[in-house]
Amino acid sequence: MPKIKVPKSAPSLDMTPMVDLAFLLVTFFMLTASFRMAEPVVVDPPSSVSDKLLPDNTIMVTVDELGRPFFGISNAEAKVNALHKMASKYNVKFSPEQEKKFGGLSSFGVEIKDLPRYLDATENERLKFQPQKGVPNDSARNPQLRDWILNSAQEANAVYIRERDKAKELGKDFKGEKPRYAIKADGKAKYISVKDIIKTFTDMKIYRFNLITSLEGGSTAPAAAEKK
Amino acid sequence: MAEIAEGGGGGHGKGGKKRAKKQSTRIDMTPMVDLAFLLLTFFVLTSTFSKPKSMEITFPAPPPPGPPPPEVKNGLTVILSKDHKIFYYKGQFYAPDNKEAKPPTVLEETTFTSEGLHKLLLDMNSYAKDEITKLQAKVKSKEMADSTYKRLSIDAKGDKRSLTVLLKTDDKATYKDVIDVVDEMNICFVGKYVIVDMSAPELALLNEKIK
Repeated sequence: MPKIKVPKSAPSLDMTPMVDLAFLLVTFFMLTASFRMAEPVVVDPPSSVSDKLLPDNTIMVTVDELGRPFFGISNAEAKVNALHKMASKYNVKFSPEQEKKFGGLSSFGVEIKDLPRYLDATENERLKFQPQKGVPNDSARNPQLRDWILNSAQEANAVYIRERDKAKELGKDFKGEKPRYAIKADGKAKYISVKDIIKTFTDMKIYRFNLITSLEGGSTAPAAAEKK
Repeated sequence: MAEIAEGGGGGHGKGGKKRAKKQSTRIDMTPMVDLAFLLLTFFVLTSTFSKPKSMEITFPAPPPPGPPPPEVKNGLTVILSKDHKIFYYKGQFYAPDNKEAKPPTVLEETTFTSEGLHKLLLDMNSYAKDEITKLQAKVKSKEMADSTYKRLSIDAKGDKRSLTVLLKTDDKATYKDVIDVVDEMNICFVGKYVIVDMSAPELALLNEKIK
């Protein structure tokens, strides 16, 4: 009986398709990835069945579990312009470097007088920054949040109009969106602290908001399924 | 490992018969593939596909000075309180000693389950639900365009016979409960809802109830 021949060379496998796929996926993920900016607080928004995406151009107030308001603008240009206005109103000086850092900030929850110190801090130091009590929102004595919203709304609108007119001049399609107001609150926050923020907006005759929610996966899921 | 081995080529130069060593023209791609997988793992783990979702909501402007608006016929008031408690009453509010000598309002308790609030809203909003179900059937059988459906369903939700909900909270209710109720109203085709402040007699009644 002849013995079964054992192949002398090492068993090899053609891995080309696998590698092709790996590269394809790498390319895909690299191109679709958008890095989230570090947020000063972790907020767990409640879930809803709403599947509307959040608009790109927003002026956002984040309310954390303890009810502290944090402020953020998505448009970097409007962000820096609003900082200029606020700096002159509250007599706080910012160095060009601090302004640049402010442009990369997603949101912040400190008083404007602490803001230069906050901007100088590294990302890790910012997490432990004291005092971080949220942007003051006292409509009578210290309406910093209102001023931030007001100034950034003006600036964001100005940027929007400028870009739209520029696109028109060049005869291009303009895809930009008008700035929208968004509120992102933690599910465990007391509604009364969110109500304060809403009141700040409605006092400025802003009545329409986007409340940020995560996609449904909770207790009312059967009801949501029924609808579909 | 990553050198390019040349096979063939220079074999004929020396004495004709001498054969070239048979070497493969392969590059060892292991390190490259390792790197590719490393990157792949990194991007898979760090990427988040879900852009945050949002819910558009309009809050009421302060009412213009003048006589108060006429009473709503088909109304429901939902009141939220601590520990995810949820109460409601139908129609108008009557204080215990009202002049019209109507029986005073009693708060009923319900839950966030599909048997509780969901059923209550659907029962009270049967007009809008029936209308919209009819419209959906028409869209399904291609009798109606999507845009017409959207317009007519908004009309149905805004109809007099549809439910109007007033959502009120006390100081201890959480934001999640508010969103849950708004969400439930969206599911139950309630188009007319508003989040407003509670009146003093209502608050007294609520405190009595949760005591």
